[in-house]
Amino acid sequence: MEKATYTIKTGLARMLKGGVIMDVVTAEHAKIAEDAGAVAVMALERVPADIRAQGGVARMSDPKLIKDIMKAVSIPVMAKVRIGHFAEAQILESLKVDFIDESEVLTPADNKRHINKQEFKVPFVCGATNLGEALRRIDEGAAMIRTKGEAGTGNIVEAVTHIRTVREEIRKLRKARPDTLRRAAKEMRIPLVLLRQTLRQGRLPVVDFAAGGIATPADASLVMQMGVDGIFVGSGIFKSKQPAKMAKAIVEAVAHFQDAKKLAEVSEGLGEAMPGIEMDKLDVKMAKRGW
Amino acid sequence: MRIGVLALQGDVVEHEEVLSSLGVDAEEVRTKEELSSVDGLIIPGGESTTLMKLLEKEGLDKAIVVRYKEGMPIFGTCAGAILLAKEVVGKGAGNNQSTLKLIDMTIKRNEYGRQVDSFETEVELKGDVKPLKAIFIRAPVIERVGLEVERLAELDGRVVVAKYRHCLVATFHPELVGETRVHKLFLEMIKDNQQ
Repeated sequence: MEKATYTIKTGLARMLKGGVIMDVVTAEHAKIAEDAGAVAVMALERVPADIRAQGGVARMSDPKLIKDIMKAVSIPVMAKVRIGHFAEAQILESLKVDFIDESEVLTPADNKRHINKQEFKVPFVCGATNLGEALRRIDEGAAMIRTKGEAGTGNIVEAVTHIRTVREEIRKLRKARPDTLRRAAKEMRIPLVLLRQTLRQGRLPVVDFAAGGIATPADASLVMQMGVDGIFVGSGIFKSKQPAKMAKAIVEAVAHFQDAKKLAEVSEGLGEAMPGIEMDKLDVKMAKRGW
Repeated sequence: MRIGVLALQGDVVEHEEVLSSLGVDAEEVRTKEELSSVDGLIIPGGESTTLMKLLEKEGLDKAIVVRYKEGMPIFGTCAGAILLAKEVVGKGAGNNQSTLKLIDMTIKRNEYGRQVDSFETEVELKGDVKPLKAIFIRAPVIERVGLEVERLAELDGRVVVAKYRHCLVATFHPELVGETRVHKLFLEMIKDNQQ
């Protein structure tokens, strides 16, 4: 019997496809998320919109909070660590969380290196804004990628930009000659075989969700139609006027993302979405964190 | 032969790839209309609570039961097996969760533990000498099966592949490791049904 193989790690990510992973800050939120049909919850102390508003160093959550959330729900529980903070990751692994998110939403702990994720039994998800960043994370052992939007803004524009960037890079490189590919792999600091595998598949070789800026069922449908496998919703649910209703609507929007009639139905009477922010009004661009 | 894969959530593409390697085209099923035109249905792995909610919302839960009673074979892996069980036990929302109740068995969710306890192993499929690759991801355990349920594979004395009338379940994921024999079994069930 074998445990923690790459197939097992990437396999859990495959089970989450077509689903919504919701940020929750209490066990009560976690239950609302589960009841609404979330495929997993992300346990954290503050949603990105609050991290952004309150400032200061954002760290891994209190293990007590994570344990309470793990007790409250039957779906997988994820939790965040700071970029490069392998000690936080060791702590989360000892708690047996189901997935670790090495996340730019928290304040980075290492501005040169990410965690060596192959050393862990728990699978990792990491953010990326372009192909090189995504493949570097996969090479380090990430079992799943989040294509980054700008967290805590309720503004979808950055997610759209980065999803398109990755797609276009793949499309361009598929036509490239062998020497150009070798150079590209070198520039991206990734093994050539990983790049070749990606180009053969025509997509990232692991499950790829969108994260950051998703605030409505229509946003969810937009990124799904652009080709991501599922979505993370952070502030978009519990910063909206009617969280339970918004959560259910977004779950349905992802399941039926190509059905405009259905999307109209679920979008009706949701009340106010979270307040949004324009990109040029931001002091900190979280998506830029990651190297 | 038209095989549907329930495509509301989960590892849909992986099932489609196995079917395509067996020379069968898969059709994605998200609505009652799409369900009405298939000869068999696969319920993939995913999150069983999410899947059930989406089924109920669409009225697909009742529609699937009706089609099953008319003779349409169904195959469920992992979450799919949970949805087909008569009784589910487990914590929180997992306990007593509503299901389609098509196979007389009691299933316990997440009984092997959390993700770090997920594992790969081999199991013996009844009537086949070559062991079957089996990957269990936050898998459920079948605690009890009715007398009429066929035990097609076991692991440590517990049933992991079961068949009852035209319903087939596996608590693991043959679709993740290129294992085609359980799907072949399902295709045979559909052929038998069509004769």
